[in-house]
Parts: sequence; structure tokens; C-alpha cells
Amino acid sequence: MSHALSTSATAHRDGESIVRLRKLNKYYGAHHVLKNIDLDVSHGEVVVIIGASGSGKSTLIRCINGLEEFQQGQLRVDGHDLRPYGKASRALQTIRTEVGMVFQQFNLFPHLNVRDNITLAPTKVKGMAMPQAMEIAERLLDRVGIRDQADKYPSQLSGGQQQRVALARALAMEPRLMLFDEPTSALDPEMIGEVLDAMRELARDGMTMIIVTHEMGFAREVADRVIYIHQGEIVEQGRPDEVFDNPQNERTQSFLSRVLKH
Amino acid sequence: MNSNFTFDWSAALSSIPHLLTGIPYTLLISIVGLAIGFFIGIFFGLLRISPSRWLRVPAIVYIEIFRGTPVLVQVLFIFYGLSDVIGHIGPLTAGIAAIAVNSGAYISEVVRGGIQSIERGQREAGLSLGLSRLNTFRYIIWPQAFRRMIPALGNQGIISIKDTSLFAVIGVGELVRQGQIYIATTFTALEVYLMVALMYLAITLTLSLLLRLLERRGLVGQ
Repeated sequence: MSHALSTSATAHRDGESIVRLRKLNKYYGAHHVLKNIDLDVSHGEVVVIIGASGSGKSTLIRCINGLEEFQQGQLRVDGHDLRPYGKASRALQTIRTEVGMVFQQFNLFPHLNVRDNITLAPTKVKGMAMPQAMEIAERLLDRVGIRDQADKYPSQLSGGQQQRVALARALAMEPRLMLFDEPTSALDPEMIGEVLDAMRELARDGMTMIIVTHEMGFAREVADRVIYIHQGEIVEQGRPDEVFDNPQNERTQSFLSRVLKH
Repeated sequence: MNSNFTFDWSAALSSIPHLLTGIPYTLLISIVGLAIGFFIGIFFGLLRISPSRWLRVPAIVYIEIFRGTPVLVQVLFIFYGLSDVIGHIGPLTAGIAAIAVNSGAYISEVVRGGIQSIERGQREAGLSLGLSRLNTFRYIIWPQAFRRMIPALGNQGIISIKDTSLFAVIGVGELVRQGQIYIATTFTALEVYLMVALMYLAITLTLSLLLRLLERRGLVGQ
């Protein structure tokens, strides 16, 4: 398959993590959502975050591209420091152009067809010429397995197709890091596989990925590291086989026994 | 009931050429007034949803004042009141200004509602792709919000067109005024006001039809 857009993801900078969080704290009013989060993600690493709903795992990855503000701590993405309290800065803008995100609800632009969904950011943010952006769009659509749908509108596609367009849209910016916020949770069961396949291939191509998901089988298969979050704290992390087969923390044990039972 | 009254068709028909001279005024006040009102509406509608209280409060004050007082009072205030303060304002200008500030207040609320109806995820998707807040608004939020505003904007257009009939009282030569002038010499009120009503209906039905076409086209891809 195509490796056209994997170059930026594989251009490792040795020694430095692409994501570096130190004592990150976030509050919603009095509610302490994220507690002293320390996290390092290296180039090319695939990190899967698991945890119960409301544990703060989505909030954590939404902090990384500044969709959520944090109050204390350090957050550095690809050498750019994000400031607390969501203050606008050049770093925030830079980070967002370098970090792609796939959402649970796809969030495709319903008034634009598939091609325009994909070419919007490259042309408006990077100033890329339209023909070049369209070429990239075609290539990405081919890569995620939806050829010949470029003229359709999102509402004319299935959920699985929409999510793959959303993936292509994010990849068109040639991100150095991809965030996935429960990318299969809104999908019908028969469409989950096609989205996971596309993500699997992306991981194989060397993309750095942070994935929040409930798909434990997928996590075990693609993750270099699994992180378990409980009530805003990283309780346990390690290789998938360590965390899934031999969890050390009793909270991890009880969570896994609940989700792996069926 | 006056038993020997008969509807005089020839009187109705012969009033048409005279009445038609009022239509350009009706249309001019409506179109120019609404166009200005649309920009006022975008301006105050955006201020209204600003996170800053210093921007939000003036918008709320504007909207409440001009939505909460009658257009007739507004036009009298401008034509007689403001003319005394800032110098002569012609009836046509006063009418346009009244439609602009009045429809602007309503359109502010339409704009606000339209923008707020767009799912939060749309904005997040735009920002996460690296688009600036302005470009996220321009390319993602506004086009979708505007489509949702079309029915309410059409509604406001129809209301404002009918409101221009009130400006007969300050002597604008619009439809109703032309009717009054005609009736003063012919005494055929029933026939002439029926024709006046039909002319308003012709204008508003045309607008309704245009809106329906626009909505149908706008629905593509939603």
C-alpha cells in the first residue's frame, strides 16, 4: 500500500519525546479531572489509553491539541510548549497543524463534499495549491479504502466510511502525531473492523498515535504501550501483555475483569 | 350593510397604474433597509455570543430596545425627533433607517440562534486541523449556520416588507400612501385597498417562493 504520507511520521528525532507532560492538572470548577499526569510518548510509538467512562482519558488527549485547557503543569508537543488556561499562542496554532485528531462523532463538515472536507485545511492553513491538495485527497481516500467517493457528501456515506474520511482529512495535514478519541464508539458493530484496519495500517507505517478506545483486542494488537487511567490518574502502564495478562494494580484488575469478561 | 353597494371592478382596475407608482418605494425601503439590517444583525449577533461581557451587553441592549418598541414609533422618532436634533431627515431615509434598525434587532437573534445551533464538534474539527478561529468560522460555522437561518430570515423579510406600509404616515409615497391619495379623489376605498392588499401579497408570495427554492437547493449535502 501507499507510504506517501508516512515520511513525516517516521522522521524520528532521537532522544526527544514528541509528547511530554509533567504534573499536568485539570479542573472543571471544583472537580479535579486530571491529576499530576506525567506522560512521554516517543516518535513512532502507539499508545492506547483505556479506562472507564468519565475517567478523564478523552480529556487528556484533548489537552494535547488544546481543545481542553489545563490549569497546572507542563505540556510540550514536538518542542512547543502549550500554556495553561488555554491562552492563545503561536505554539497552540503550530501544535494543531502538526497534530491530527479523529473524533468519536467523525465531525465531518456536512456542507462540503468528501474532497473539500480533505482539501480545506491543506489549502487554507498551508496555502497548498488546490490541484496538489486534490491529488493528496485522492491518494488518501485510496489508502483508507474509499475510492470514487470524493464527490459525495458525508450524509451519503456509512458511519465507517465517514470515519475513514475523517482519518484521511486529518492525514492530509501530514501530522506528526495522531490522536484518536474513541474512533469506533459511535459505529455499528459491522463497521468497526474497517476503521480499525485503517488505523492498523497507519500504525504499521510508523505514525505516532495516541488512542482512546474500548476495543481491547485492538489495543493488545497494535499498542506499544497501554495506559490505564482511573479517576484522572495514571494508575498503571506497560506493554499490552503486561497490562492485560498480569495487571499489578487492583483497580486495573477489576476494570479489566469487567471489560474482558464478554 | 349597505344594500345598494356594488363592488366596482372598473374602479379597482383603473387604480392599478396609480398604485404601481408606490411599489418602487415599498421595494426600495424593504431591500435597502433589510440589507443594512442584515449587516447590523450579523454584527450584533456576533457580539451577542462573544465571551466578553463588554461586547455582549451592548448587543443585548440594542436588541431589547429595537425589538421591544414599535416600528411606527421608531420611524416617528427618527423622522420628527432626530430631524430636530441632527437636521432634516427625509421620509424615505427615515423609513429605510427604521427598517434597518428594527429588522437588525430581530436578525441579530436569528444570527445568534443559527450559529449556536452548529454542533460544537464542527468548531473542534476545524481548530484541530490547524484552521484559525476566523477561518473555522468563515469556512465551517458560517456556511452551515447561514443555511439554517434562511427560513427565519425570510420570515423577517416578509414582516419588514409589510411594516413599510406604516410609513404612509410620514408621507413616503409607498403603496398604502398611493392608495390613500387615489381614494381621496375617487372614494372607492374597498376596491383600492383590496388592490393594495393583493399587491403586498404578490410581493410576499414571490419572496416565499424564492425562499422555498433557495431552501431546496440549500438542503443538498446536509
